[in-house]
Amino acid sequence: MYSQGLINSDTQIEESQEFLDAFQARIDAEEKIEPNDVMPQAYKKMLVRQIAQHAHSEIVGMLPEGNWVTRAPSLRRKAALLAKVQDEGGHGLYLYSAAETLGVSREELTEQLVTGKAKFSSIFNYPTLSWADIGAIGWLVDGAAIMNQIPLCRCSYGPYARAMIRVCKEESFHQRQGYELMMSLAQGTEKQKQMAQDALNRWWWPSVMMFGPHDAESTHSDQSMRWKIKRFTNDDLRQKFINATVPQATFIDLKIPDKDLRWNDDKEGYDHGPIDWAEFWNVVKGNGPMARDRITARKKAWDEGEWVRDAAHAYAEKRRAEKIAAE
Amino acid sequence: MTKTTPLWEVFIRPRNGLSHKHVGSLHASDKTMAINAARDVYTRRNEGTSIWVVPSISITASDPDKADENFEPSEDKIYRHPTFYDIPEDIGHM
Repeated sequence: MYSQGLINSDTQIEESQEFLDAFQARIDAEEKIEPNDVMPQAYKKMLVRQIAQHAHSEIVGMLPEGNWVTRAPSLRRKAALLAKVQDEGGHGLYLYSAAETLGVSREELTEQLVTGKAKFSSIFNYPTLSWADIGAIGWLVDGAAIMNQIPLCRCSYGPYARAMIRVCKEESFHQRQGYELMMSLAQGTEKQKQMAQDALNRWWWPSVMMFGPHDAESTHSDQSMRWKIKRFTNDDLRQKFINATVPQATFIDLKIPDKDLRWNDDKEGYDHGPIDWAEFWNVVKGNGPMARDRITARKKAWDEGEWVRDAAHAYAEKRRAEKIAAE
Repeated sequence: MTKTTPLWEVFIRPRNGLSHKHVGSLHASDKTMAINAARDVYTRRNEGTSIWVVPSISITASDPDKADENFEPSEDKIYRHPTFYDIPEDIGHM
């Protein structure tokens, strides 16, 4: 109810050039925008879209990893994986709350996810086929997410930036547990090493695609950068990720599945091979291998939780009535 | 019987970008007077850029006597921290 109490979200204001310029000046001065500040409708819309997608991704992201909680090979790994999946649930909550400060309700956001109207990160539409996939997700998917999220801690919208600071702090173990897992497999038996390599082969390109289309094809990028929602372009972040990850693979003697990957002295970074954008767009459009399962699982959890929500409301109502009767 | 004046909890955003932080409380008859009083009392030395006031009665707090059972369980979950995982020094910051 925070948002409804604070925000003037229904107030229509004339978005004159003067207003837009004044707003841009606040952004340029690195002022944070807060829920009850006036803001252009397009800024609000862009944020709701991005924060909601981010929240959905955290929630849906619990599914591929949750798939392996009961089959973790040791108590140590199981505790780590459980802690990670719990974190993702919490991160979904922080992000939904940040979106709600912009006047959208949790119910609307959930509805958009379970009806398939909302998008979430394409990466979670891939299956987790072996235990090594849990290592690959922590190392690569969380590694890519961190690249993306660290600059978001400086996003111009206060509640989003503050949520990201908390998320980044908590996530600092996610990538480490994944890499540690990959390292122990890579240094294990020949079969374990193969398992690690197979996971890397399948997760590398989807991870590289997580940063989204090339800058030239990215529709919202320019405005998002101007409003300092994004601080780096998709390609910049992708390059940073590749530069950081390649030596990590080499260190544990795993091979990145890209024959064109080589160090480029001039740009002090790695050149990489072409990205299969047809696959990316296909997955974004909801045709990923696990797309239907993910939505179905989320909808099932939502539908089957209905009686719990109803019971909680009924219980609260009963307690209220008892309290009034006692007074 | 003397009519009591409601109590309000005051939260101040110290600087642009930070969240509101609890700074104290005060009595006031309504929310507008509470905001005005908070401004007069708690921001006299430029301590903040924004004020929230919340009726103290609206705050639900955890039971201090249950602090152990509430918070002790997270103490032994060291696997929630990055230092629990062994990453070779050569890898650098991760």
